[in-house]
Amino acid sequence: MAEFSTPTTEQQFAENFAQLKPVMNRTEALYESSRCLFCFDAPCIKACPSGIDIPQFIRQINSGNDTGAARTIYEANYFGNACGKVCPTEVLCEGACVYNLQEVKPIEIGRLQSFATTKVIKSGEKLFGPGADNGKKVAVIGAGPAGISAACELRSLGYGVDVFEAKAQPSGLTVYGVAPYKITNEETLAEMAYLQAQFGYNVHFNSAISSRKELEKLEDKYDAIFLGIGLGKTNELGLPGEDKINCTGAVEFIAELRQHQHKVAVGRKVIVLGGGNTAMDAASESSRLGAENVILAYRRAKEEMGAYEFEYDLAKGVGVKGLFNVAPVEITGNGYVAGVKFIRTETKDGKVSEIAGSEFVEPCDMVIKATGQAKQTEFLNLIPGLKLDGKGRIIADAHTGQTSNPKYFASGDAWNGGAEVVNAAAEAKLTARGIHAYLSK
Amino acid sequence: MPDLSINFAGIKSPNPFWLASAPPTNSGYQVMKAFDAGWGGAVWKTLGVPVVNVSSRYGGVNYRDKRLVGFNNIELISDRPLSHNLREIEEVKKRFPNHAVIASLMVQSRQEWHDIVRQSQDAGADGFELNFGCPHGMCERGMGSAVGQEPKVLQMIVEWVMEVAQKPVIVKLTPNISDITEPAMAARRGGADAISLINTIQSIVGVDLDKFAPYPIVDGKGTNGGYCGPAVKPIALNMVKNCAQHPDIKLPISGIGGIENWRDAVEHILLGASSVQVCTAVMHFGFGIIREMTSGLEQYMVEKGFQTIDEMVGKALPNVLHWEDLNMKYKVTANINEDKCIGCQLCYTACEDGAHQAIRLNAGTRVPEIIEENCVGCNLCSLVCPVEQCITMEQTDSGTEHLTWKERTEAGTAPTEFEDEKAGGRHHWVPEPSAALGKERHKTLPGKARIINGETTVPAEA
Repeated sequence: MAEFSTPTTEQQFAENFAQLKPVMNRTEALYESSRCLFCFDAPCIKACPSGIDIPQFIRQINSGNDTGAARTIYEANYFGNACGKVCPTEVLCEGACVYNLQEVKPIEIGRLQSFATTKVIKSGEKLFGPGADNGKKVAVIGAGPAGISAACELRSLGYGVDVFEAKAQPSGLTVYGVAPYKITNEETLAEMAYLQAQFGYNVHFNSAISSRKELEKLEDKYDAIFLGIGLGKTNELGLPGEDKINCTGAVEFIAELRQHQHKVAVGRKVIVLGGGNTAMDAASESSRLGAENVILAYRRAKEEMGAYEFEYDLAKGVGVKGLFNVAPVEITGNGYVAGVKFIRTETKDGKVSEIAGSEFVEPCDMVIKATGQAKQTEFLNLIPGLKLDGKGRIIADAHTGQTSNPKYFASGDAWNGGAEVVNAAAEAKLTARGIHAYLSK
Repeated sequence: MPDLSINFAGIKSPNPFWLASAPPTNSGYQVMKAFDAGWGGAVWKTLGVPVVNVSSRYGGVNYRDKRLVGFNNIELISDRPLSHNLREIEEVKKRFPNHAVIASLMVQSRQEWHDIVRQSQDAGADGFELNFGCPHGMCERGMGSAVGQEPKVLQMIVEWVMEVAQKPVIVKLTPNISDITEPAMAARRGGADAISLINTIQSIVGVDLDKFAPYPIVDGKGTNGGYCGPAVKPIALNMVKNCAQHPDIKLPISGIGGIENWRDAVEHILLGASSVQVCTAVMHFGFGIIREMTSGLEQYMVEKGFQTIDEMVGKALPNVLHWEDLNMKYKVTANINEDKCIGCQLCYTACEDGAHQAIRLNAGTRVPEIIEENCVGCNLCSLVCPVEQCITMEQTDSGTEHLTWKERTEAGTAPTEFEDEKAGGRHHWVPEPSAALGKERHKTLPGKARIINGETTVPAEA
């Protein structure tokens, strides 16, 4: 039996995809903030890629200075609200909380962070503004966590900023790729609107930059160009039958889900291929959409999955079943997906090998491939002198984000190969400073 | 089973827990409910000429998420007609003959005192408590703490009361005085049978940051009130001790101030109280807290082998000395239990900034290290440590030597000059002032600047 009945209304969708970290009320925030020990040189700060002064903002919440708390958060991380909700806090700040060593529940840092930032977003209180105009302009490609963070920081430094976004909404994967039970579209977009109102950068939606000619225009018009382009489509597996109807990429599936919610149909029996966090999300989401059976198929052993343990637990909690040491060989079916032909594998000395003659077909009516996203190498190759590493990632200076083409700077997934929102936000802030240093020479 | 019953200056009650004279004893309804719940006695809300109260009467002090660690009130004595109170006292006594019902009284003239004592006596009160403590409102009218702060007036009124009282008389003392033993001795001279303390402390519990007015606010204004609740216990304990130790007082003491559970009660008893009174905790949690109080007290008595309350009274008094009589040869040093340490480093920063720079941090571990030669044994680190029994104070002296300040002074070995060689801190290492620079400054920078300064590294790869 399915864990969830298929949602047919917005209300049902919201119930099936109830927020894992709902926003706290004032009382809860007071209680939770009261527990913080105010550690010296706190481990949570060190565990935060954006270095938010966590004990400080928690202390501010505790003393009733929620606005000050929001300022502390945003000074370090422009995606403060989103990060409070979507960060894998279990392995970052909350995982570093000293309470863990005492077998006491760590402070719910993420939820406290969202509490303070939600409050200023809702009130619209102005905390920041653009710096004095310095007459220089920067083009930002991509309105994701990297692009928007760079835009905010550049505006605060006095640059004119135009952001070019291929899609219709800002925040990148925050609104197109994160599981709906981690953050709602409304929350995501409210923070984007708040930031734009504060800093006043321009965002051009549905404005993909994809040709050399378009890049040339930007190169002519702007003093620097920031690449926050993220990753591309789901990797092709190169399997026979991959083009069958109802065989889709996880990134595409989730983007569809975030935009069309309960109107997205899922199979009755879904097989998700992959062992990363996106695979866990896709599996959970299928289950919450009412799939009767969801199987997570991974080519190595359970312990070798890249996904965080809590993400797998989350999937298991909604009825997802794991199928390990199996590699897909073929997507079967006649037009529509009817099953996946697997071959069993074994891991020896860290190497996976297939066990000859162990093929079997697992029937299903939907396949979601969560096998990583492709790099946008084709586009990146349009930039003269831009060097990529062996994995297709942009090579850039670790402190300034400057690429091998001095006019181009990068941050986020296109640079780090695919990480969290908080990584992109933190990197972009640094890179914006790098642009400033470069243009101030 | 230990016997919890007491005979306090002739007033008997099944246990030492009395409700203090306050809102919880405003009516027969409340007192009967309390006795039903398990309270041993009640000091009735002060009788006198009925008052008129203001609206908005209480203010609270919250600490983080804990409500009412301190409490104050600007309420006055009973606003109910005397006859109503007396009728209800009679009814309660009929129903609960073995419980203590004490009439708290506050009037002005000798005649009024005589009248009200007689009438309360006739109603069946087991004793009287003279309210010389109320620090607001009533004192402006020459009563309450206005009396308690004038030992001569206090003594005179006690004498008036003793002229007619046939039941034990307790004098309730105000803490709003520099030496609590002065009014206590006056009570003794006047012939009182017992004292109770402390009444509330003059206070302003807080200021409304928007209305610029003190709490509790009455039409945009406020006044000083009487402070009570858990926060006042340390002040009460010290005053109870002062009265209990004073050779010229020697009266039974009813301990009041910050009693919320059995531990608080036992502390009062160990310092000399032979009954205890509770108000704020009941106003916060209701009469039901008595069950925990009696059960805790009983358990403690079983564990310690006490049969009666009397055996416990004043048990800690021999160990409360003057500072000059403490053994200066005794030495404790902090010890961090590495297995228990969770690495919050509160001990480090407390010792660094608030004490004697006797804790250091070492690379590669979050467990701080005690610099033994710098540790003065102040306890601070063990007090801030959030983990039970993680930092312990271990005795490091031989335990065979004994020398007090008094002895040093008498022997002429105490420092007497500004540059005295015998100064206690003379050979204690203190860092150079400029060594402090740069240790905290970077923390005043926002997150982005911290990152740029390399505190947090941005992963180049996922």
